[in-house]
Amino acid sequence: MQFKSLVLSNIEVSPAYYRLRMTAPPSIGAAQAGQFVMVRVNPAIDPLLRRPFGLFDLGTFETEYTDCGRQTFLEILYKVVGKGTAMLSSLHQGDHLDILGPLGKGFTAGDPSGEKLLVGGGVGLAPLYYLARQLVRESKVELFAGGRNKEDVLCITEFERLGVETYVATDDGTLGAQGLVTEVLEERLRKASSSATIFACGPYPMLRAVALLAAKYAIPCQVSLEAYMACGVGACLGCVVKGKDHSEVTPDYRCVCKDGPVFDYADLLWS
Amino acid sequence: MNRPNLAVDIAGINLRNPVMTASGTFGYGREFSEYLDLEKIGAIITKGLSMKPKAGNPTPRIVETPGGMLNAIGLQNVGIDAFITEKVPFLRTISTPVIVNLYGNTLDEYGELAARIDVIPEVAGVEVNISCPNVKQGGIVFGTDPRAAAEVVSLVRRGTTKPLIVKLSPNVTDVVVMAKACVDAGADALSLINTLTGMAIDLQKRRPILANITGGLSGPAIKPVALRMVWQVARAVTVPVIGIGGIMTATDALEFILAGATAIQVGTANFLDPSAAQTIAVEMEEYLVQNGIADIRDLIGALVV
Repeated sequence: MQFKSLVLSNIEVSPAYYRLRMTAPPSIGAAQAGQFVMVRVNPAIDPLLRRPFGLFDLGTFETEYTDCGRQTFLEILYKVVGKGTAMLSSLHQGDHLDILGPLGKGFTAGDPSGEKLLVGGGVGLAPLYYLARQLVRESKVELFAGGRNKEDVLCITEFERLGVETYVATDDGTLGAQGLVTEVLEERLRKASSSATIFACGPYPMLRAVALLAAKYAIPCQVSLEAYMACGVGACLGCVVKGKDHSEVTPDYRCVCKDGPVFDYADLLWS
Repeated sequence: MNRPNLAVDIAGINLRNPVMTASGTFGYGREFSEYLDLEKIGAIITKGLSMKPKAGNPTPRIVETPGGMLNAIGLQNVGIDAFITEKVPFLRTISTPVIVNLYGNTLDEYGELAARIDVIPEVAGVEVNISCPNVKQGGIVFGTDPRAAAEVVSLVRRGTTKPLIVKLSPNVTDVVVMAKACVDAGADALSLINTLTGMAIDLQKRRPILANITGGLSGPAIKPVALRMVWQVARAVTVPVIGIGGIMTATDALEFILAGATAIQVGTANFLDPSAAQTIAVEMEEYLVQNGIADIRDLIGALVV
Protein backbone atom coordinates (compact mmCIF):
# COMPACT_ATOMS: atom_id res chain seq x y z
CA MET A 1 0.00 0.00 0.00
CA GLN A 2 0.92 3.64 -0.35
CA PHE A 3 0.24 6.04 2.52
CA LYS A 4 0.96 9.50 3.89
CA SER A 5 2.73 9.55 7.20
CA LEU A 6 3.71 12.02 9.89
CA VAL A 7 7.07 12.00 11.63
CA LEU A 8 6.62 11.27 15.34
CA SER A 9 10.30 11.36 16.33
CA ASN A 10 13.69 11.26 14.65
CA ILE A 11 16.50 10.62 17.13
CA GLU A 12 20.25 10.17 16.63
CA VAL A 13 21.07 7.01 18.58
CA SER A 14 24.76 6.76 17.66
CA PRO A 15 26.90 9.07 15.53
CA ALA A 16 25.19 9.16 12.04
CA TYR A 17 22.60 6.52 13.04
CA TYR A 18 18.96 7.59 13.53
CA ARG A 19 15.71 6.02 14.67
CA LEU A 20 12.72 7.53 12.90
CA ARG A 21 9.22 6.79 14.17
CA MET A 22 6.25 7.67 11.95
CA THR A 23 2.50 7.16 11.81
CA ALA A 24 1.12 4.25 9.76
CA PRO A 25 -2.29 2.75 9.05
CA PRO A 26 -3.37 -0.14 11.35
CA SER A 27 -3.01 -2.65 8.49
CA ILE A 28 0.79 -2.25 8.72
CA GLY A 29 0.45 -4.59 11.70
CA ALA A 30 0.26 -7.52 9.27
CA ALA A 31 3.84 -6.82 8.09
CA GLN A 32 6.42 -9.58 8.51
CA ALA A 33 9.82 -8.98 10.05
CA GLY A 34 12.28 -8.52 7.20
CA GLN A 35 9.86 -6.63 4.99
CA PHE A 36 10.72 -3.04 4.08
CA VAL A 37 9.20 0.31 3.21
CA MET A 38 10.14 2.76 0.43
CA VAL A 39 10.30 6.27 1.84
CA ARG A 40 9.92 9.38 -0.29
CA VAL A 41 12.01 11.90 1.56
CA ASN A 42 10.33 14.94 0.02
CA PRO A 43 7.91 15.68 -2.84
CA ALA A 44 10.60 17.47 -4.90
CA ILE A 45 12.66 15.78 -7.62
CA ASP A 46 15.95 15.81 -5.73
CA PRO A 47 16.46 13.24 -4.40
CA LEU A 48 14.36 11.65 -7.12
CA LEU A 49 13.99 8.08 -5.91
CA ARG A 50 12.54 6.57 -2.77
CA ARG A 51 14.87 5.02 -0.21
CA PRO A 52 14.32 1.47 1.08
CA PHE A 53 14.44 0.77 4.85
CA GLY A 54 13.80 -2.44 6.74
CA LEU A 55 11.12 -2.38 9.44
CA PHE A 56 12.82 -1.81 12.79
CA ASP A 57 9.68 -1.81 14.89
CA LEU A 58 5.89 -1.56 14.75
CA GLY A 59 3.41 -0.77 17.47
CA THR A 60 0.61 1.43 18.72
CA PHE A 61 0.28 4.15 21.32
CA GLU A 62 -2.65 5.89 22.96
CA THR A 63 -3.90 9.05 21.35
CA GLU A 64 -7.05 11.13 21.29
CA TYR A 65 -6.70 11.81 17.57
CA THR A 66 -8.02 8.52 16.13
CA ASP A 67 -11.44 6.88 16.38
CA CYS A 68 -10.19 3.85 18.26
CA GLY A 69 -8.01 5.91 20.60
CA ARG A 70 -4.81 4.30 19.39
CA GLN A 71 -2.34 5.30 16.68
CA THR A 72 -0.24 2.76 14.81
CA PHE A 73 3.41 3.60 14.15
CA LEU A 74 6.34 2.15 12.31
CA GLU A 75 9.97 2.78 12.99
CA ILE A 76 13.08 2.61 10.84
CA LEU A 77 16.76 2.65 11.82
CA TYR A 78 19.03 4.31 9.28
CA LYS A 79 22.54 5.59 8.78
CA VAL A 80 23.27 8.90 7.07
CA VAL A 81 25.25 7.85 4.00
CA GLY A 82 24.19 10.32 1.30
CA LYS A 83 21.87 13.08 0.22
CA GLY A 84 18.57 11.26 0.86
CA THR A 85 19.43 10.04 4.34
CA ALA A 86 20.94 13.44 5.22
CA MET A 87 17.62 15.07 4.32
CA LEU A 88 15.77 12.41 6.28
CA SER A 89 17.88 13.16 9.36
CA SER A 90 16.80 16.80 9.29
CA LEU A 91 13.08 15.98 9.55
CA HIS A 92 11.17 16.86 12.70
CA GLN A 93 8.00 15.80 14.44
CA GLY A 94 4.99 16.69 12.29
CA ASP A 95 6.87 16.61 8.95
CA HIS A 96 5.24 14.63 6.12
CA LEU A 97 6.48 11.48 4.42
CA ASP A 98 5.08 9.35 1.60
CA ILE A 99 5.49 5.63 2.22
CA LEU A 100 5.17 2.54 0.04
CA GLY A 101 4.98 -0.78 1.84
CA PRO A 102 5.33 -3.14 3.51
CA LEU A 103 7.16 -4.66 0.53
CA GLY A 104 8.98 -7.90 -0.25
CA LYS A 105 9.29 -11.23 1.52
CA GLY A 106 10.25 -11.34 5.18
CA PHE A 107 11.80 -13.92 7.52
CA THR A 108 10.15 -17.27 8.22
CA ALA A 109 10.27 -18.17 11.91
CA GLY A 110 10.25 -21.96 11.49
CA ASP A 111 10.28 -24.55 14.30
CA PRO A 112 10.07 -22.62 17.60
CA SER A 113 11.98 -25.29 19.55
CA GLY A 114 15.32 -24.58 17.83
CA GLU A 115 17.61 -21.78 18.93
CA LYS A 116 17.41 -18.64 16.79
CA LEU A 117 20.81 -17.17 15.98
CA LEU A 118 20.60 -13.58 14.71
CA VAL A 119 23.65 -12.07 13.02
CA GLY A 120 23.87 -8.43 12.04
CA GLY A 121 25.99 -5.34 11.65
CA GLY A 122 25.21 -1.62 11.50
CA VAL A 123 21.77 -0.87 10.10
CA GLY A 124 21.49 -4.61 9.39
CA LEU A 125 20.36 -4.85 13.00
CA ALA A 126 17.13 -3.04 12.11
CA PRO A 127 15.05 -5.93 10.70
CA LEU A 128 16.59 -8.29 13.26
CA TYR A 129 15.12 -6.25 16.11
CA TYR A 130 11.56 -6.64 14.88
CA LEU A 131 12.27 -10.30 14.16
CA ALA A 132 13.65 -10.79 17.69
CA ARG A 133 10.53 -9.23 19.20
CA GLN A 134 8.44 -11.90 17.52
CA LEU A 135 10.78 -14.84 18.06
CA VAL A 136 11.33 -14.31 21.81
CA ARG A 137 7.71 -15.22 22.49
CA GLU A 138 8.39 -18.87 21.66
CA SER A 139 12.10 -19.39 21.18
CA LYS A 140 15.54 -18.86 22.63
CA VAL A 141 17.08 -15.97 20.69
CA GLU A 142 20.76 -15.01 20.53
CA LEU A 143 22.21 -11.97 18.75
CA PHE A 144 25.68 -11.74 17.22
CA ALA A 145 26.32 -8.08 16.43
CA GLY A 146 29.38 -6.77 14.64
CA GLY A 147 30.83 -3.53 13.32
CA ARG A 148 34.02 -1.62 12.71
CA ASN A 149 33.75 0.03 16.12
CA LYS A 150 31.33 0.43 19.03
CA GLU A 151 29.40 3.13 17.17
CA ASP A 152 28.22 0.55 14.60
CA VAL A 153 26.77 -1.67 17.32
CA LEU A 154 23.28 -0.31 17.83
CA CYS A 155 20.40 -0.85 20.18
CA ILE A 156 22.03 -3.71 22.09
CA THR A 157 20.16 -2.63 25.22
CA GLU A 158 16.86 -2.92 23.33
CA PHE A 159 17.69 -6.47 22.27
CA GLU A 160 18.71 -7.39 25.83
CA ARG A 161 15.48 -5.94 27.17
CA LEU A 162 13.63 -8.47 25.01
CA GLY A 163 15.58 -11.25 26.72
CA VAL A 164 17.97 -11.80 23.80
CA GLU A 165 21.43 -13.07 24.72
CA THR A 166 23.90 -10.78 22.91
CA TYR A 167 27.46 -11.29 21.69
CA VAL A 168 29.40 -8.39 20.20
CA ALA A 169 32.56 -8.20 18.11
CA THR A 170 34.19 -5.08 16.67
CA ASP A 171 37.12 -4.70 14.29
CA ASP A 172 38.94 -2.37 16.70
CA GLY A 173 37.83 -4.07 19.91
CA THR A 174 36.12 -0.93 21.28
CA LEU A 175 33.14 -3.11 22.19
CA GLY A 176 32.99 -6.85 22.79
CA ALA A 177 35.55 -9.20 21.28
CA GLN A 178 38.11 -7.85 18.82
CA GLY A 179 37.62 -9.41 15.40
CA LEU A 180 34.85 -10.47 13.09
CA VAL A 181 31.39 -11.29 14.33
CA THR A 182 31.48 -14.41 12.17
CA GLU A 183 34.39 -15.74 14.31
CA VAL A 184 32.21 -15.46 17.40
CA LEU A 185 29.32 -17.01 15.48
CA GLU A 186 31.42 -19.99 14.38
CA GLU A 187 32.27 -20.86 17.99
CA ARG A 188 28.56 -20.90 18.73
CA LEU A 189 27.71 -22.98 15.65
CA ARG A 190 30.06 -25.76 16.77
CA LYS A 191 27.65 -26.52 19.63
CA ALA A 192 24.39 -25.59 17.87
CA SER A 193 21.52 -28.09 17.95
CA SER A 194 20.21 -29.68 14.77
CA SER A 195 17.12 -27.45 14.86
CA ALA A 196 18.97 -24.13 15.07
CA THR A 197 18.35 -21.41 12.47
CA ILE A 198 20.51 -18.44 11.44
CA PHE A 199 18.96 -15.09 10.47
CA ALA A 200 21.44 -12.56 9.06
CA CYS A 201 21.37 -8.98 7.80
CA GLY A 202 24.33 -6.74 7.11
CA PRO A 203 27.03 -5.89 4.59
CA TYR A 204 27.54 -8.36 1.72
CA PRO A 205 30.99 -9.67 2.87
CA MET A 206 29.52 -10.48 6.29
CA LEU A 207 26.53 -12.26 4.73
CA ARG A 208 28.83 -14.26 2.46
CA ALA A 209 30.91 -15.34 5.46
CA VAL A 210 27.72 -16.32 7.33
CA ALA A 211 26.50 -18.28 4.30
CA LEU A 212 29.78 -20.22 4.19
CA LEU A 213 29.43 -21.06 7.88
CA ALA A 214 25.81 -22.13 7.40
CA ALA A 215 26.93 -24.51 4.67
CA LYS A 216 29.88 -25.80 6.72
CA TYR A 217 27.73 -26.59 9.78
CA ALA A 218 24.61 -27.53 7.76
CA ILE A 219 22.40 -25.03 9.58
CA PRO A 220 19.44 -23.39 7.78
CA CYS A 221 20.11 -19.71 7.18
CA GLN A 222 18.02 -16.81 5.94
CA VAL A 223 19.80 -13.66 4.78
CA SER A 224 18.33 -10.21 4.20
CA LEU A 225 20.04 -8.32 1.38
CA GLU A 226 20.39 -4.63 0.69
CA ALA A 227 20.50 -3.21 -2.87
CA TYR A 228 20.08 -0.02 -4.83
CA MET A 229 16.55 -0.05 -6.19
CA ALA A 230 14.26 2.39 -7.97
CA CYS A 231 10.73 0.98 -7.72
CA GLY A 232 10.56 -1.60 -4.90
CA VAL A 233 7.85 -3.57 -6.69
CA GLY A 234 9.79 -5.74 -9.16
CA ALA A 235 9.53 -3.55 -12.26
CA CYS A 236 12.82 -1.71 -12.72
CA LEU A 237 15.07 -4.81 -12.38
CA GLY A 238 17.74 -2.55 -10.90
CA CYS A 239 18.20 -4.52 -7.66
CA VAL A 240 18.72 -8.06 -8.99
CA VAL A 241 21.06 -10.68 -7.50
CA LYS A 242 22.12 -13.98 -9.04
CA GLY A 243 20.12 -17.03 -8.05
CA LYS A 244 21.72 -20.46 -7.59
CA ASP A 245 20.87 -21.62 -11.13
CA HIS A 246 22.25 -18.53 -12.84
CA SER A 247 24.27 -18.71 -16.03
CA GLU A 248 24.47 -16.47 -19.07
CA VAL A 249 22.44 -19.05 -21.03
CA THR A 250 19.84 -19.65 -18.34
CA PRO A 251 19.56 -16.37 -16.44
CA ASP A 252 18.34 -16.75 -12.86
CA TYR A 253 18.13 -13.23 -11.50
CA ARG A 254 16.07 -12.54 -8.37
CA CYS A 255 14.76 -9.12 -7.43
CA VAL A 256 15.90 -8.11 -3.95
CA CYS A 257 12.72 -6.02 -3.68
CA LYS A 258 10.17 -8.66 -4.62
CA ASP A 259 11.76 -12.13 -4.37
CA GLY A 260 13.61 -10.91 -1.24
CA PRO A 261 14.95 -9.02 0.58
CA VAL A 262 15.04 -12.21 2.69
CA PHE A 263 16.40 -15.26 0.87
CA ASP A 264 17.38 -18.77 1.85
CA TYR A 265 21.17 -18.49 1.53
CA ALA A 266 21.17 -21.72 -0.52
CA ASP A 267 18.97 -20.13 -3.21
CA LEU A 268 21.63 -17.53 -4.07
CA LEU A 269 24.86 -17.66 -6.04
CA TRP A 270 27.55 -16.24 -3.73
CA SER A 271 30.41 -14.44 -5.49
CA MET B 1 -20.00 21.35 -18.95
CA ASN B 2 -20.00 17.73 -20.10
CA ARG B 3 -16.96 15.64 -19.29
CA PRO B 4 -14.25 16.51 -21.80
CA ASN B 5 -12.98 13.95 -24.28
CA LEU B 6 -9.59 12.50 -23.44
CA ALA B 7 -9.66 9.63 -25.91
CA VAL B 8 -7.08 9.62 -28.68
CA ASP B 9 -6.28 7.26 -31.52
CA ILE B 10 -2.78 5.96 -32.22
CA ALA B 11 -2.70 4.11 -35.54
CA GLY B 12 -6.03 2.44 -34.83
CA ILE B 13 -5.40 1.78 -31.14
CA ASN B 14 -8.10 3.59 -29.23
CA LEU B 15 -6.81 5.00 -25.94
CA ARG B 16 -9.32 6.14 -23.30
CA ASN B 17 -6.80 8.84 -22.41
CA PRO B 18 -3.35 9.79 -23.72
CA VAL B 19 -1.43 8.32 -20.76
CA MET B 20 0.64 5.22 -21.54
CA THR B 21 3.25 3.55 -19.33
CA ALA B 22 6.76 3.47 -20.75
CA SER B 23 8.50 0.19 -21.49
CA GLY B 24 10.83 -1.02 -18.75
CA THR B 25 9.21 1.06 -16.03
CA PHE B 26 5.95 -0.82 -15.56
CA GLY B 27 6.92 -4.49 -15.71
CA TYR B 28 4.14 -6.43 -17.37
CA GLY B 29 1.37 -4.36 -15.76
CA ARG B 30 0.50 -6.76 -12.96
CA GLU B 31 3.27 -5.44 -10.70
CA PHE B 32 1.34 -2.16 -10.43
CA SER B 33 -2.23 -3.45 -10.20
CA GLU B 34 -2.20 -3.05 -6.41
CA TYR B 35 -1.38 0.66 -6.68
CA LEU B 36 -3.56 1.97 -9.49
CA ASP B 37 -6.58 1.02 -11.56
CA LEU B 38 -5.18 -0.35 -14.81
CA GLU B 39 -8.56 0.43 -16.39
CA LYS B 40 -7.94 4.15 -15.86
CA ILE B 41 -4.83 4.53 -18.02
CA GLY B 42 -4.58 4.76 -21.80
CA ALA B 43 -2.29 1.83 -22.59
CA ILE B 44 0.37 -0.42 -21.07
CA ILE B 45 3.68 -0.91 -22.84
CA THR B 46 5.49 -4.00 -21.61
CA LYS B 47 9.15 -4.51 -20.76
CA GLY B 48 11.25 -4.95 -23.93
CA LEU B 49 10.80 -8.50 -25.19
CA SER B 50 13.17 -10.69 -27.19
CA MET B 51 12.90 -14.17 -28.73
CA LYS B 52 14.94 -15.83 -25.96
CA PRO B 53 15.14 -14.85 -22.26
CA LYS B 54 17.91 -12.34 -21.66
CA ALA B 55 20.05 -12.10 -18.52
CA GLY B 56 20.78 -8.40 -18.72
CA ASN B 57 23.82 -6.54 -17.39
CA PRO B 58 25.81 -7.06 -14.18
CA THR B 59 25.03 -4.86 -11.15
CA PRO B 60 25.07 -2.03 -10.13
CA ARG B 61 22.52 -1.31 -12.84
CA ILE B 62 21.01 1.94 -11.59
CA VAL B 63 22.21 5.14 -10.00
CA GLU B 64 20.39 8.30 -9.06
CA THR B 65 21.60 11.59 -10.57
CA PRO B 66 20.35 15.16 -10.02
CA GLY B 67 16.72 15.19 -11.16
CA GLY B 68 17.08 11.82 -12.81
CA MET B 69 18.56 8.36 -12.84
CA LEU B 70 20.88 6.30 -15.01
CA ASN B 71 19.99 2.71 -15.80
CA ALA B 72 21.86 -0.05 -17.56
CA ILE B 73 19.51 -3.00 -17.08
CA GLY B 74 20.54 -4.54 -20.39
CA LEU B 75 17.05 -5.57 -21.57
CA GLN B 76 16.66 -8.42 -19.06
CA ASN B 77 13.39 -10.12 -20.00
CA VAL B 78 11.53 -13.42 -19.89
CA GLY B 79 11.52 -14.07 -23.66
CA ILE B 80 8.52 -14.54 -25.96
CA ASP B 81 7.56 -18.07 -24.82
CA ALA B 82 7.34 -17.17 -21.12
CA PHE B 83 5.60 -13.94 -22.05
CA ILE B 84 2.83 -15.91 -23.73
CA THR B 85 2.43 -18.50 -20.97
CA GLU B 86 3.10 -16.35 -17.87
CA LYS B 87 2.16 -12.75 -18.71
CA VAL B 88 -0.60 -12.83 -21.33
CA PRO B 89 -3.21 -14.61 -19.11
CA PHE B 90 -3.26 -11.63 -16.73
CA LEU B 91 -3.22 -9.07 -19.55
CA ARG B 92 -6.28 -10.83 -21.00
CA THR B 93 -8.28 -9.79 -17.90
CA ILE B 94 -7.93 -6.05 -18.54
CA SER B 95 -9.52 -3.99 -21.29
CA THR B 96 -6.71 -1.43 -21.50
CA PRO B 97 -4.69 -1.88 -24.72
CA VAL B 98 -1.40 -3.73 -24.27
CA ILE B 99 1.48 -2.78 -26.55
CA VAL B 100 4.51 -5.05 -26.65
CA ASN B 101 7.92 -3.42 -26.83
CA LEU B 102 10.21 -5.71 -28.84
CA TYR B 103 13.82 -5.88 -29.89
CA GLY B 104 16.00 -8.30 -31.79
CA ASN B 105 19.60 -9.39 -31.35
CA THR B 106 19.81 -9.60 -35.14
CA LEU B 107 17.87 -8.02 -37.98
CA ASP B 108 16.06 -11.29 -38.68
CA GLU B 109 15.03 -11.65 -35.06
CA TYR B 110 13.05 -8.41 -35.25
CA GLY B 111 10.95 -9.87 -38.06
CA GLU B 112 10.54 -13.30 -36.41
CA LEU B 113 9.46 -11.75 -33.13
CA ALA B 114 6.97 -9.46 -34.84
CA ALA B 115 5.41 -12.52 -36.48
CA ARG B 116 5.16 -14.33 -33.12
CA ILE B 117 3.44 -11.32 -31.56
CA ASP B 118 1.17 -10.83 -34.57
CA VAL B 119 -0.87 -13.91 -33.61
CA ILE B 120 -1.40 -12.92 -29.95
CA PRO B 121 -4.93 -11.43 -29.93
CA GLU B 122 -4.39 -9.71 -26.54
CA VAL B 123 -1.66 -7.50 -28.00
CA ALA B 124 -2.98 -4.26 -29.50
CA GLY B 125 0.25 -3.13 -31.13
CA VAL B 126 4.03 -3.27 -31.10
CA GLU B 127 6.64 -0.71 -30.17
CA VAL B 128 9.97 -1.42 -31.81
CA ASN B 129 13.01 -0.65 -29.69
CA ILE B 130 15.87 0.59 -31.84
CA SER B 131 17.19 2.85 -29.16
CA CYS B 132 18.41 0.99 -26.09
CA PRO B 133 21.79 2.52 -25.26
CA ASN B 134 22.87 -0.32 -22.98
CA VAL B 135 23.31 -3.33 -25.25
CA LYS B 136 25.41 -3.81 -28.35
CA GLN B 137 22.77 -5.71 -30.27
CA GLY B 138 19.08 -5.04 -30.32
CA GLY B 139 19.21 -1.37 -29.80
CA ILE B 140 21.28 1.64 -30.49
CA VAL B 141 23.14 0.26 -33.53
CA PHE B 142 19.83 0.26 -35.38
CA GLY B 143 18.71 3.51 -33.83
CA THR B 144 21.49 5.83 -34.97
CA ASP B 145 21.74 4.93 -38.65
CA PRO B 146 18.68 5.81 -40.76
CA ARG B 147 19.30 2.98 -43.26
CA ALA B 148 19.63 0.33 -40.52
CA ALA B 149 16.54 1.70 -38.79
CA ALA B 150 14.53 1.56 -42.00
CA GLU B 151 15.63 -2.03 -42.54
CA VAL B 152 14.50 -3.05 -39.02
CA VAL B 153 11.17 -1.29 -39.42
CA SER B 154 10.41 -2.86 -42.78
CA LEU B 155 11.19 -6.34 -41.40
CA VAL B 156 8.81 -5.79 -38.48
CA ARG B 157 6.26 -4.35 -40.91
CA ARG B 158 6.41 -7.57 -42.92
CA GLY B 159 6.01 -9.64 -39.73
CA THR B 160 2.88 -7.98 -38.36
CA THR B 161 -0.23 -6.13 -39.40
CA LYS B 162 -0.67 -4.74 -35.90
CA PRO B 163 -0.12 -1.01 -35.38
CA LEU B 164 3.63 -0.39 -35.41
CA ILE B 165 5.25 2.24 -33.22
CA VAL B 166 9.00 2.93 -33.45
CA LYS B 167 10.76 4.22 -30.34
CA LEU B 168 13.46 6.70 -31.27
CA SER B 169 16.80 7.42 -29.65
CA PRO B 170 17.82 10.96 -28.71
CA ASN B 171 21.48 9.99 -29.14
CA VAL B 172 21.62 11.21 -32.74
CA THR B 173 22.61 14.40 -34.51
CA ASP B 174 19.27 14.88 -36.26
CA VAL B 175 16.26 13.05 -34.86
CA VAL B 176 14.08 14.20 -37.77
CA VAL B 177 16.20 12.20 -40.25
CA MET B 178 15.64 9.07 -38.16
CA ALA B 179 11.92 9.82 -37.77
CA LYS B 180 11.38 10.21 -41.52
CA ALA B 181 13.35 7.06 -42.32
CA CYS B 182 11.13 5.03 -39.95
CA VAL B 183 7.89 6.48 -41.30
CA ASP B 184 9.00 5.82 -44.89
CA ALA B 185 9.75 2.20 -43.89
CA GLY B 186 6.23 1.65 -42.56
CA ALA B 187 5.98 3.01 -39.00
CA ASP B 188 2.40 3.92 -38.02
CA ALA B 189 3.52 6.09 -35.12
CA LEU B 190 6.71 7.25 -33.39
CA SER B 191 7.53 7.40 -29.70
CA LEU B 192 10.36 9.51 -28.34
CA ILE B 193 12.62 9.90 -26.55
CA ASN B 194 14.37 6.85 -25.16
CA THR B 195 17.09 7.57 -22.58
CA LEU B 196 20.11 9.79 -23.19
CA THR B 197 23.45 8.04 -22.82
CA GLY B 198 25.16 9.18 -19.64
CA MET B 199 27.69 8.28 -16.99
CA ALA B 200 28.32 8.64 -13.27
CA ILE B 201 31.68 8.38 -11.49
CA ASP B 202 32.64 7.53 -7.92
CA LEU B 203 35.49 9.91 -7.11
CA GLN B 204 36.60 7.96 -4.03
CA LYS B 205 36.98 4.69 -5.94
CA ARG B 206 37.93 6.37 -9.23
CA ARG B 207 35.52 4.00 -10.93
CA PRO B 208 32.28 4.32 -12.91
CA ILE B 209 29.29 3.66 -10.67
CA LEU B 210 27.46 1.44 -13.18
CA ALA B 211 28.97 -1.96 -13.98
CA ASN B 212 28.15 -1.21 -17.63
CA ILE B 213 30.16 2.07 -17.27
CA THR B 214 27.50 4.05 -19.19
CA GLY B 215 23.74 4.03 -18.84
CA GLY B 216 20.57 5.72 -20.03
CA LEU B 217 19.49 8.94 -18.34
CA SER B 218 15.79 9.36 -17.59
CA GLY B 219 13.61 11.50 -15.36
CA PRO B 220 12.84 15.22 -15.11
CA ALA B 221 16.42 16.09 -16.09
CA ILE B 222 15.77 15.07 -19.73
CA LYS B 223 12.37 16.72 -20.20
CA PRO B 224 13.57 19.85 -22.04
CA VAL B 225 15.53 17.71 -24.53
CA ALA B 226 12.51 15.47 -25.06
CA LEU B 227 10.14 18.39 -25.57
CA ARG B 228 12.43 19.90 -28.19
CA MET B 229 12.73 16.62 -30.10
CA VAL B 230 8.99 15.87 -29.96
CA TRP B 231 8.31 19.36 -31.30
CA GLN B 232 10.82 18.91 -34.15
CA VAL B 233 9.51 15.47 -35.14
CA ALA B 234 5.79 16.28 -34.84
CA ARG B 235 6.24 19.13 -37.33
CA ALA B 236 8.09 16.92 -39.78
CA VAL B 237 5.91 13.78 -39.97
CA THR B 238 2.22 13.07 -40.49
CA VAL B 239 1.97 10.00 -38.21
CA PRO B 240 1.05 10.36 -34.51
CA VAL B 241 3.91 11.11 -32.11
CA ILE B 242 4.04 9.80 -28.54
CA GLY B 243 5.98 12.03 -26.16
CA ILE B 244 8.30 10.50 -23.54
CA GLY B 245 10.88 12.04 -21.24
CA GLY B 246 10.67 13.07 -17.60
CA ILE B 247 6.88 13.37 -17.40
CA MET B 248 5.99 13.58 -13.72
CA THR B 249 2.78 15.64 -13.73
CA ALA B 250 -0.22 16.50 -15.88
CA THR B 251 1.46 19.83 -16.63
CA ASP B 252 4.45 18.01 -18.12
CA ALA B 253 2.12 15.77 -20.13
CA LEU B 254 0.13 18.71 -21.51
CA GLU B 255 3.33 20.49 -22.54
CA PHE B 256 4.22 17.47 -24.70
CA ILE B 257 0.76 17.53 -26.23
CA LEU B 258 1.12 21.21 -27.07
CA ALA B 259 4.47 20.38 -28.67
CA GLY B 260 2.65 17.96 -30.99
CA ALA B 261 2.34 14.66 -29.16
CA THR B 262 -0.95 12.76 -29.54
CA ALA B 263 -0.22 10.65 -26.46
CA ILE B 264 2.49 10.48 -23.80
CA GLN B 265 4.33 7.83 -21.81
CA VAL B 266 5.02 7.95 -18.09
CA GLY B 267 8.29 6.22 -17.22
CA THR B 268 10.58 7.03 -14.31
CA ALA B 269 7.64 8.60 -12.43
CA ASN B 270 6.20 5.07 -11.99
CA PHE B 271 9.20 4.26 -9.78
CA LEU B 272 8.60 7.20 -7.43
CA ASP B 273 4.87 6.89 -7.37
CA PRO B 274 3.31 3.66 -8.65
CA SER B 275 -0.02 5.43 -9.15
CA ALA B 276 1.55 8.29 -11.17
CA ALA B 277 0.02 7.33 -14.54
CA GLN B 278 -3.51 7.35 -13.17
CA THR B 279 -2.95 10.59 -11.26
CA ILE B 280 -1.64 12.28 -14.41
CA ALA B 281 -4.70 11.13 -16.41
CA VAL B 282 -7.08 12.44 -13.72
CA GLU B 283 -5.28 15.78 -13.51
CA MET B 284 -5.24 16.18 -17.30
CA GLU B 285 -9.02 15.87 -17.25
CA GLU B 286 -9.24 18.43 -14.44
CA TYR B 287 -7.14 20.83 -16.51
CA LEU B 288 -9.51 20.49 -19.47
CA VAL B 289 -12.54 21.08 -17.24
CA GLN B 290 -10.99 24.09 -15.53
CA ASN B 291 -10.00 25.63 -18.85
CA GLY B 292 -13.24 24.88 -20.67
CA ILE B 293 -11.55 22.66 -23.26
CA ALA B 294 -13.96 20.03 -24.60
CA ASP B 295 -11.45 17.77 -26.32
CA ILE B 296 -7.80 16.94 -25.61
CA ARG B 297 -7.26 16.70 -29.36
CA ASP B 298 -7.73 20.46 -29.59
CA LEU B 299 -4.43 20.81 -27.71
CA ILE B 300 -2.32 18.54 -29.93
CA GLY B 301 0.32 20.70 -31.56
CA ALA B 302 -1.49 23.85 -30.39
CA LEU B 303 1.77 25.48 -29.35
CA VAL B 304 1.80 29.16 -30.23
CA VAL B 305 5.13 30.17 -31.74
